[in-house]
Amino acid sequence: MIRTAWLVAVKDLRIEQRSRVLLWQVLPFGVMALVLSGLALGPTHAGHSSAGPGLFYLVMLLVALLMINRSQVIEGSPGTRASVATLGLDPAGVFLGKALALAVELWLTGLVLLGGAVLVLHTALAGTLSALPSVVVTLGALAAAGTLYGALTGGGQGPVTLLPVLSLPAFAPLLIAGERSFSAALHGGALWRWWLISLVALVAYLGIGILLYGVLEES
Amino acid sequence: MMKLLSQRLLGPVTLVLLALTFWLGLWVTPPDKVQGNLARLLYVHPAVAWVALYLSFGTATIASALYLWKRSRSVVMDRVAHCAMEVSLVFIILTLITGSIWGRPAWGVWWAWDARLTSTAILGVFAVGYLALRRANDDFELQARRSAVVAILAAINVPIIHFSVQWWKTLHQGASVFTPGGNFKVHGIMLTTLFISLAAFTLLFFWLLRERYRVEVLREERQRVSLDEALAQRRREGVH
Repeated sequence: MIRTAWLVAVKDLRIEQRSRVLLWQVLPFGVMALVLSGLALGPTHAGHSSAGPGLFYLVMLLVALLMINRSQVIEGSPGTRASVATLGLDPAGVFLGKALALAVELWLTGLVLLGGAVLVLHTALAGTLSALPSVVVTLGALAAAGTLYGALTGGGQGPVTLLPVLSLPAFAPLLIAGERSFSAALHGGALWRWWLISLVALVAYLGIGILLYGVLEES
Repeated sequence: MMKLLSQRLLGPVTLVLLALTFWLGLWVTPPDKVQGNLARLLYVHPAVAWVALYLSFGTATIASALYLWKRSRSVVMDRVAHCAMEVSLVFIILTLITGSIWGRPAWGVWWAWDARLTSTAILGVFAVGYLALRRANDDFELQARRSAVVAILAAINVPIIHFSVQWWKTLHQGASVFTPGGNFKVHGIMLTTLFISLAAFTLLFFWLLRERYRVEVLREERQRVSLDEALAQRRREGVH
């Protein structure tokens, strides 16, 4: 399972490295969405608002939707599913691999957007750095849940509009937990309690994905 | 015989119990000491929420799990899950509406960012997503499997809704009927009316589920007949 996961993760990341969709399409979109969020708040509020953590996670959710769809489109290319079925790869390993690749992409995007939040929304640098562990876990949970929901909506084969309707309700608790822990890191409060919720969600989604991904890919 | 009786009696008994609930709730029971006539919503809102969150969503989840389990996989389980989810969505919307009607005079707003309200609304979006997913694919097997997984994933939200009033400081009150010790908070005719309303809405759920199931079977039959007719027509065109 671990070996399959590693192979799939490396394959997805290599495709990303060669196509550079993340670099030239997703990241600029994320930065633009963050700037637009600042503009929506207005120039007087954008730099002094406590909404920074919430806006960061909101933008990350939008970015995640693009990346989840992209991750499933890769699997939808002609012959890929048939090849995976013929090779007899462990579905749990495929799920873990895809979730890991998506998590790496989200972590990279998250790093850039955290820098953007410090710059545009004036979130304190020290607080932002101390929120890093919770951001890593929350985005990891987002990747695990996203991989599962991406497979549910059929990726490239299903309608693109279905993914947000199905996945956003599931992402809502992650958004709340992430925002609360980030805010706690900036302004003080129960950081660990919210961090723990993200951790539980990460473990739960990984467990459910390992158990059910095979059912979704079954032909 | 029993089946026939239940088929014939379920609807009328449900209607009688619903009428009894409204009569007792609106005319017989006294107004509450603190909340006045607003407390009469107690005879509707908890019963509607019970059907929405536990009975229908629970039925959809159990039927989905049974569909995913290969030994019990059958089209009946898939149909039950689908129909129960539709009924659940209707009752979730009713729960939110009746809650808002209570919230406006009690809290001063139609909607509050309260943990229970928000998590219930999220469950409603899950149900919408489930129903949207069912229409997204023509492959029956694939559609049934994916919807079953969504129902199970969405069910995680139900205990969150249930315990939200204990886990977070919420505007929504805690348990309305029982004390933490398990004793009744409501007594006399108010308690009787509450139980009648629970029974009425429970029966209403089973009635709606049965009727929706029948409609679903008829729809599938019509779809199959239409397909057969279309194929026969194509064959006739081929002969000529």
